[in-house]
Amino acid sequence: MRLTLRVWRQKNADAPGTMTPYEVDGISPDMSFLEMLDTLNEQLILDGDDPVAFDHDCREGICGACSLVINGDAHGPERTTTCQLHMRSFSDGDTIDIEPWRAAAFPVVKDLVVDRSAFDRIIQSGGYITAPTGSAPEAHATAVPKPAADTAFEHAECIGCGACVAACPNGSAMLFTSAKVVHLNSLPQGAPERETRVLNMVGTMDAEGFGGCTNTGECATACPKGIPLFSIATMNREFVRAARKR
Amino acid sequence: MALDTRTDRRPSFTGVLWRSTVGKKTAMAVSGIVMLLYLVVHMMGNLKIFFGAPDFNSYAAWLRTIGEPFLHHEWFLWIARVVLVAAVVTHAVAAYQLSRRDIAARPTKYARPSPGRRPWPRLPQTSSGGTPIAPRLLLRRRASYATRTMRWGGVILGLFIVWHVLDLTTLTVNPRAEAGHPYQNVVATFSTWYGDVIYIVAMLALGLHIRHGFWSAAQTLGANRPGRDRLFKGLANVLAAVLTVGFIAVPVSVMTGVVS
Repeated sequence: MRLTLRVWRQKNADAPGTMTPYEVDGISPDMSFLEMLDTLNEQLILDGDDPVAFDHDCREGICGACSLVINGDAHGPERTTTCQLHMRSFSDGDTIDIEPWRAAAFPVVKDLVVDRSAFDRIIQSGGYITAPTGSAPEAHATAVPKPAADTAFEHAECIGCGACVAACPNGSAMLFTSAKVVHLNSLPQGAPERETRVLNMVGTMDAEGFGGCTNTGECATACPKGIPLFSIATMNREFVRAARKR
Repeated sequence: MALDTRTDRRPSFTGVLWRSTVGKKTAMAVSGIVMLLYLVVHMMGNLKIFFGAPDFNSYAAWLRTIGEPFLHHEWFLWIARVVLVAAVVTHAVAAYQLSRRDIAARPTKYARPSPGRRPWPRLPQTSSGGTPIAPRLLLRRRASYATRTMRWGGVILGLFIVWHVLDLTTLTVNPRAEAGHPYQNVVATFSTWYGDVIYIVAMLALGLHIRHGFWSAAQTLGANRPGRDRLFKGLANVLAAVLTVGFIAVPVSVMTGVVS
């Protein structure tokens, strides 16, 4: 396959960036999207140019490091992470636009790399349970109802990639925050911090400069892990309950 | 001795709500539902115009006597007006503040917007020459027209309310302006082309606003869950359609001569 790429190039956080066109040839449909970018970077290095910076780690779709808005869609046209997106989703001769996540809370570091540490600070403000560490407790000591376990697991699937923020027209982190709030608040282990968790995490989310939710639904459509939009409804309910109970 | 670690005064429930984006949306949802309930009653009252001038005018006169003798003449009306103005102001202020924040949170647009539904691509041969693997292409459902027009639709509705009150409550801009004769005033307004255009455009905006707004309120108040989603979406569509048709019926009847 022969492709025309238009890649966002930005030297550093302060420099202005532009969409820069590149031609790549000899792309196999079996390559992953990141392997295609590796091919581009090899070519750039051989030409003595600066390779395109992009985030990646496990390349198995489970770590949440990769990002990229491809042709206007976070993680590209398939419902998966960019590393699990294959070039068979594109056609020979296509022009592909590659941009970083766009949100005020995710400043661009270089090219396609953005700083997602705002997510870490949201987690630090309540995305944990306070429990004594040491040997694992007896598994039957705390009974977890099956429906609660299922809900918790569904929301624990969030890998924190930030596609929800990138897809949201308001740059809102509601789906990310709600995934963690619902995950821990559905479990008996999360019950002692049920109120402070949601109040603090929403507070941090607002302080980081993310937008509000307009129930557009773009986040849940973009989410590679299928976190449902109902997650946000549940967090709204938890928030009002916690504000009343404080 | 236990140390007192509490501060003297903790922020109030409403204070906590108003300071967060989630709570501000709750205020918008509650004020929106108040306005929606009023609109349902308002529309049913409007439809009395089809029973003729005496019926409609006496209904309008009765509205001023609700609650008597416990309430003084027109007191109920003024209480309702205060509640409605509070709802409109809360809704508009929260929407303005949230919108400012939302726009600031997404300062850069994407070079190419999401294509939404896309055609199935031509499948290239795999390198081994075998059958191509079909990609699991995502049919992205883009935000509906109603969702994307909430802000400007809200502005249109706000301007409409100002005109509507000046036209049929204070009678400042009404072409007939005969106090105590609402039937004649309504007919006079809808006998002008601009009255019909303003009203019908605003009611179409209202339908779109309710279509997204009602479901969105269910989501914001945490009432929505997997088993109820279809119910809330259906209710939103029914409310939007009934209110739009019910309100537009009046100017259309004046234009066609059914009501004169």
